[in-house]
Amino acid sequence: MSAGTIFLRQQNFIDVCYIVAFSLFIYGMSGLTGPRTAVRGNLIAATGMAIAIVATLLTPHVWDGSSTPWLIVLGLVLGTAIGLPAARRVHMTAMPQMVALFNGVGGGAVAIIAWVEYRHHFGGDYTLKTEIPSLFAAIVGSISFWGSNIAFGKLQAIIPSRPIKLPGQAIINGALFLIAVASAVILASGTHSQALFILGILVTAALLGNMVVLPIGGADMPVVISLLNAFTGLSAAATGIALNNTALIVGGMIVGASGTILTNLMAKAMNRSVPAIVAGGFGGEVAAPAGGEDTDRGPVKSTTPDDVAIQLSYARQVVIAPGYGMAVAQAQYAVRDLEKALEDKGVRVLFAIHPVAGRMPGHMNVLLAESQVPYDLLKEMDEVNPEFARTDVTLVIGANDVTNPAAKNEPGSPIYGMPILEVDRSKSVIVLKRSMASGFAGIDNPLFYEPETSMLFGDAKSSVSEITAAVEGL
Amino acid sequence: MTLVTDIAILVLAGFVGFAVISKIPNTLHTPLMSGTNAIHGIVVLGGLLLMHEAHGWLEHLLLVIAITFGMINIVGGFVVTDRMLEMFKRKPEPEPEPTGKGAEHEDAPQ
Repeated sequence: MSAGTIFLRQQNFIDVCYIVAFSLFIYGMSGLTGPRTAVRGNLIAATGMAIAIVATLLTPHVWDGSSTPWLIVLGLVLGTAIGLPAARRVHMTAMPQMVALFNGVGGGAVAIIAWVEYRHHFGGDYTLKTEIPSLFAAIVGSISFWGSNIAFGKLQAIIPSRPIKLPGQAIINGALFLIAVASAVILASGTHSQALFILGILVTAALLGNMVVLPIGGADMPVVISLLNAFTGLSAAATGIALNNTALIVGGMIVGASGTILTNLMAKAMNRSVPAIVAGGFGGEVAAPAGGEDTDRGPVKSTTPDDVAIQLSYARQVVIAPGYGMAVAQAQYAVRDLEKALEDKGVRVLFAIHPVAGRMPGHMNVLLAESQVPYDLLKEMDEVNPEFARTDVTLVIGANDVTNPAAKNEPGSPIYGMPILEVDRSKSVIVLKRSMASGFAGIDNPLFYEPETSMLFGDAKSSVSEITAAVEGL
Repeated sequence: MTLVTDIAILVLAGFVGFAVISKIPNTLHTPLMSGTNAIHGIVVLGGLLLMHEAHGWLEHLLLVIAITFGMINIVGGFVVTDRMLEMFKRKPEPEPEPTGKGAEHEDAPQ
């Protein structure tokens, strides 16, 4: 072994690499504050990751053993071979489930590593310093893995996205959580060496992950995804403590912090607390009273693409409020064409983006960016709400609950208090919707029955294309 | 390193994370999430470090799975984030320049 190799395999050198790696993570993430620096920021963070992996592979003894090199290379190649094409091919509309899936495999890796760590050290040098963080990682990582898989299933429509609830759910969840923690304490106190306990922890945590996410409705998904992201981050940080690895601690903790911030922002945008969301979605018991009185709301006015085109063309200002329906119908390009057609007619067009529109934080922004809607036309809720009074026509495309005036006016409504896009203040509102079915919250939307509201039923993409064609023909 | 050092690093990293990430605008929340998502794939290091200590087929298999999962997380996360951010980057100039790449969607007759 040459002097150079010996130097490379020094622990100090490895540690310095880790410091460089996590500095690059932090620097890279701070690039995300603006769209111009963001691409570079992401590349910087990726470079940090590459440095951390290479440094780890240079650590003494990592390649020891006859099968070790093959297995390491197998894992690295397999992961890249699966992850790369998946990430390249996924449609922007399918992004929430992709993020959920990537988050899930991260959580799975954490749980497995904690399990192996336990198998190695138990009975020998398994000190509390290793034990507590790895048991924490086992529980939280496993919750995150299974929870993310369920979230993926719901977003991919493999599992129905309405809340699925068992009677006494809260008690069952509490009991599962207690079992997991109790098993962890028994293990940590060091009296029982049985492998069964660690399996018990992993299995109860898995059940808990399923049980916590199943009752959560589609509309709460932005909160859930950010929460699970935070969980995986924190469990990775715990693994870092167990393994004495600074890169893991810092990397995991940054994710934990960002996930926590996002979770709180999303929950605030829905005027709900995180515990309330985790305890179960809308649509169960709460929606029943609101549904009982909806029959006498009055008639709904429906309209045609040609009428909408005339209304839009002669407006001075039009606001488009997109929601998850736009993503489902993949209507973002059609919407962009409409925006251009209207702009050519001299109409001012703005986009109103509610923080929880869609299924993950910032979902609508990504779709509209994909279709190249100019960045400065996208207005956040606080910015756009004063604009509605000056708006001639508001076009609601596949959004429901985030425009529901009941959140302002009906104290009995389950979403009362949630900040909304105040579309009902514009001179007229046109709602594009597939049918009169209620949104995820299962709550009737009085907006649809307002005299100034008209409904255009049908697939969002074809409706928008028809409107655009009519506008261009005028 | 002692437990206290590790916890100190953990706490400081938490503060740094909060400070950096609270400045990120709503518009970029999805890329932020998928970017940080990629970062927690760093747990792959754990799998790499433990492999040579593994005994028996079960542990080897588990660690191969862990490394695979971690790499899916890392590679997928960064690539997806890059794709998203590329779309945001060419945003600020709406019309002036003749449209560059990704223009195939707007060549429809005006």
